Amino acid sequence: MAFSLDIQSSGGFKTRERRRGFLLAVPALIWLAFFFIAPLLIVVVVSVLTRGSRGAILLPLTLEHYQRILSPVFLPVFGDSLWISFLTTVFCLLLGYPLAFFISTRRSKRMQSFALFLVILPFWTNFLVRTYAWRVLLGSEGTINVTLMNLGVIAQPLELLNTDFAVLIGLVYGFLPFMVLPIYSSVERFEFRLVEAAHDLGANDIRAFLRVVVPLTLPGVIAGCILVFIPAIGSFITPDLLGGTSGIMIGNLIQGQFKGSGNWPLGSAASVVMMGIVMMGLLLYVWMGRRAAR
Amino acid sequence: MANTITKPTRTARDLSISIDQGKVQRDLAVRRAGKIGIIVEPIFAYFFLWAPILLLVIFSFNDSRSVATWRGFTTQWYSNIFNDVLGNEARFSTGLMIGALGNSIVVALAATVIATTLGTMVSLSLVRGNYPGKSIIDGLLFLPVVIPEITQAVSLLLFFSTIFQFLDSSFGIRATPGFGTIIIGHVVFNVSYVAIVVRSRLADMNPRLEEAARDLGANEWRTFWRVTFPLILPGVISGALLAFTLSLDDFVITFFNSGPGTTTLPVFVYGLLKLSVTPEINAISTLILVLSTVLIGVSLLLQGRSGAPS
Repeated sequence: MAFSLDIQSSGGFKTRERRRGFLLAVPALIWLAFFFIAPLLIVVVVSVLTRGSRGAILLPLTLEHYQRILSPVFLPVFGDSLWISFLTTVFCLLLGYPLAFFISTRRSKRMQSFALFLVILPFWTNFLVRTYAWRVLLGSEGTINVTLMNLGVIAQPLELLNTDFAVLIGLVYGFLPFMVLPIYSSVERFEFRLVEAAHDLGANDIRAFLRVVVPLTLPGVIAGCILVFIPAIGSFITPDLLGGTSGIMIGNLIQGQFKGSGNWPLGSAASVVMMGIVMMGLLLYVWMGRRAAR
Repeated sequence: MANTITKPTRTARDLSISIDQGKVQRDLAVRRAGKIGIIVEPIFAYFFLWAPILLLVIFSFNDSRSVATWRGFTTQWYSNIFNDVLGNEARFSTGLMIGALGNSIVVALAATVIATTLGTMVSLSLVRGNYPGKSIIDGLLFLPVVIPEITQAVSLLLFFSTIFQFLDSSFGIRATPGFGTIIIGHVVFNVSYVAIVVRSRLADMNPRLEEAARDLGANEWRTFWRVTFPLILPGVISGALLAFTLSLDDFVITFFNSGPGTTTLPVFVYGLLKLSVTPEINAISTLILVLSTVLIGVSLLLQGRSGAPS
């Protein structure tokens, strides 16, 4: 009797303890509820409020800010941002896929982790400074222009800085590791004997690549594309430092509304639209992940 | 009869050989191109990743204002930034820069302590606890990592200005953005990163060790401090170092939520980076690169050392 009671109570004790484990999550949850979720909800609320005189935010509710975003003044900014983010993703994929292959096909494990380390290390250093490095390279008295002029290739400095091109390079540079890491992890798991099998069955390299390698590394490619696209669409520092006035993206639009002249409701509406785009990307990712798992 | 059979066979054979040769040639060409490509492309990619950083560092020691031609080694630009000189820009003071660094360290330390505590607790809860709604907490922790920083920054700005207005109108308390608002913002994203690091460490740990401690009569508290905590400590430390580095490097959230007198180093440097390129700014940038590389190096070393046992 006492014995069985003991076992029962100890079992019940453990379960109760495991349920009480929830309490440990409470402080972090409160912090995130107050300082992450609540602020995001305020952005949504402010985006449908009216802007009064001297920047005051008032009732009544209105959708005018969303209408302004759809107007010819602001819509191109969203279009350009989507386009630049798309190009960033494409170039990261073109650069990152072979690189991930190269890393995961190094013979020794040490060589592999060193090759991977070389990709990640620049990525851990300060983002501002890394972006600034491109100002040094692309400026009219920058490394590229002066070198080309010294070699006599060009007579006048090329206008590289403060262009969409500079923003694109900066974004590809900033987010390339996001593409390489997921692809690396799926190539690493790839069974290269499958390629031999495809060859034995008469496939040439191109066919083996398209029919065997690509489908099996696709989950990594999709993960990489979404991991690059999301921060690219939300970027602010890169277009700000490298794009000048020509490379304005959604992030700069939002910043302009919250600093300086400031139409906070309009900036909030732009943030909500951007969050919507990001959320769609995330849902797509989760959905693709579920499908791949099946 | 024999004639009719041999003729088509020969043509078929000839045809098949001629097709094969072209195909084999093409396949070999593709293979050769692929073999060259798989070496050349990564070299280009590594060059792309490293050249900008290395050039920045090299030209911060160049004995000329040029960032294209090497004229000899100097540390003049480094001594300039410690003597209130920054090329042609007048408004630069070493004092302000050091002050901003000090602010950065205060913010990063406070945010790290809070985020590491909260992040470790929530990791324990998620890995060892058993209650409904865990996947919701999981998703919530993941969000600050993926929501664009600019959105988080402006949402916090709106949130704080709403709260401050309310405090002013209702209680007459005047509050302004400053260390508090910056630290709160940093803790939000740091909690997620700490939780990611600590959770993976906890998941690697054998739960039998905790059960054994409990069976030997230790209570929950004692078990945690004597068994669990020492075992996950390397994870907690590397999570804390990651949080410290991220906080020290953060620009966007700080930019929107700092007040007068609480400028951090990245916000201060941002003002300089928008100006023209000068060797002094290259020198400051190099110092920042060294700082973040050292922090990451220490963090990796700790993780590497902790990887062997357990």
